[in-house]
Amino acid sequence: MKDIDAIAVLQDPVRRRLYEYVAAQGREVGRNEAAEAAGVARTLAAHHLDKLAEAGLLESGSRRLTGRSGPGAGRPAKVYTRARTERSVSLPARDYLTAAGLLAEAAEEAGLDAGLRAAASRRGEALRGSTAPCVGLDEAMEVLAARGYEPYRADAGSAHDAEGPEGEAGAVVSVVRMRNCPFHALAEDFPPLVCGMNLALLEGLFGADGPVRARMDARPGECCVVVEVSKNNSD
Amino acid sequence: MTASQYGPRAAHLAQLNVATLRYPLDDPRMTSFVELLDPVNAAADGTPGFVWRLVEEGAADATELRPAGEDVIVNMSVWETREALWDFAYRSGHLEVMRRRREWFDRHVEAHLVLWWVPAGHLPTVDEALERLADLRAHGPSPRAFTFVSSFTAAEAEGAGSALLS
Repeated sequence: MKDIDAIAVLQDPVRRRLYEYVAAQGREVGRNEAAEAAGVARTLAAHHLDKLAEAGLLESGSRRLTGRSGPGAGRPAKVYTRARTERSVSLPARDYLTAAGLLAEAAEEAGLDAGLRAAASRRGEALRGSTAPCVGLDEAMEVLAARGYEPYRADAGSAHDAEGPEGEAGAVVSVVRMRNCPFHALAEDFPPLVCGMNLALLEGLFGADGPVRARMDARPGECCVVVEVSKNNSD
Repeated sequence: MTASQYGPRAAHLAQLNVATLRYPLDDPRMTSFVELLDPVNAAADGTPGFVWRLVEEGAADATELRPAGEDVIVNMSVWETREALWDFAYRSGHLEVMRRRREWFDRHVEAHLVLWWVPAGHLPTVDEALERLADLRAHGPSPRAFTFVSSFTAAEAEGAGSALLS
């Protein structure tokens, strides 16, 4: 299916709610759960979820959601995840990805990491404009969501961090991680260059000495950056 | 990895990296790099899909082996799959080392990373690795010697008759 046709499938408001719900979970979602989230009947949700899968916007599979197996466990349920394929439409036709790839290739060959990071940091500051740096993680989540990072809260829980977040006794220290890399295709081809650019952009966006800070903490399948409360400001 | 059931022998991915030091390793400007060696190497050793890495006898790493020049350190390892190596290189604490590479290393005009397939169980020698790097530099990416961006599968390497164990 052509990108423009696949995107057009999202014009139906119920489908769009279902798509956005499944995409936001970052895991497999069953029909019942999706129906409840979209506020529609299960059969209607199932119909639209399958339309989204036909269009290649979702991927479907089957799982036993109960965790049981063998006789009596019931039929496997159909589950959905967001498809990894990128879809875009530009009218008139534009091809910024090819241009970006060429610029990244040239920057990589010329070793322009530092210059690119400086530009990204300035851009981050410019995007923030005259607004004060985010005061907390909730505000940081909104800023990141608006830029397409698909942020979510996660426990810091890193046993390796020697300095360890000094939370109050029993307090759960949380950080913001991001499911989506807005620069995915470029970051796959030029990871140190493009991930360094991404970190610098976010550093500019949150300010160098602001209440929250961006730090590199790469994991498979996610954005390479984690956003956390600055250590000297962790009350 | 179902391909191994249909003919091609199980293959592992070998990797060689060369990096020209901007300063000697005992220079204070290299301290931040040297401090990352042990934790990052330990992380590699514990990563799923890691098979082997080159270590100088009696040392914890290969930084004092200088087979490609006095000021060129080498890093060589074997992994079960391309994905395992990629995830370690670019989706672990190792990415931070890569991000800061220009602080510690000169930019290479020629290729500084080469990948090639070896039969599972074969541990490549440094000479073999340098040959693959020379091949990549002389002929560009091929099933014999390639990079992440221009990679080939083990089946393609086998198909191209590149003699996995040359």
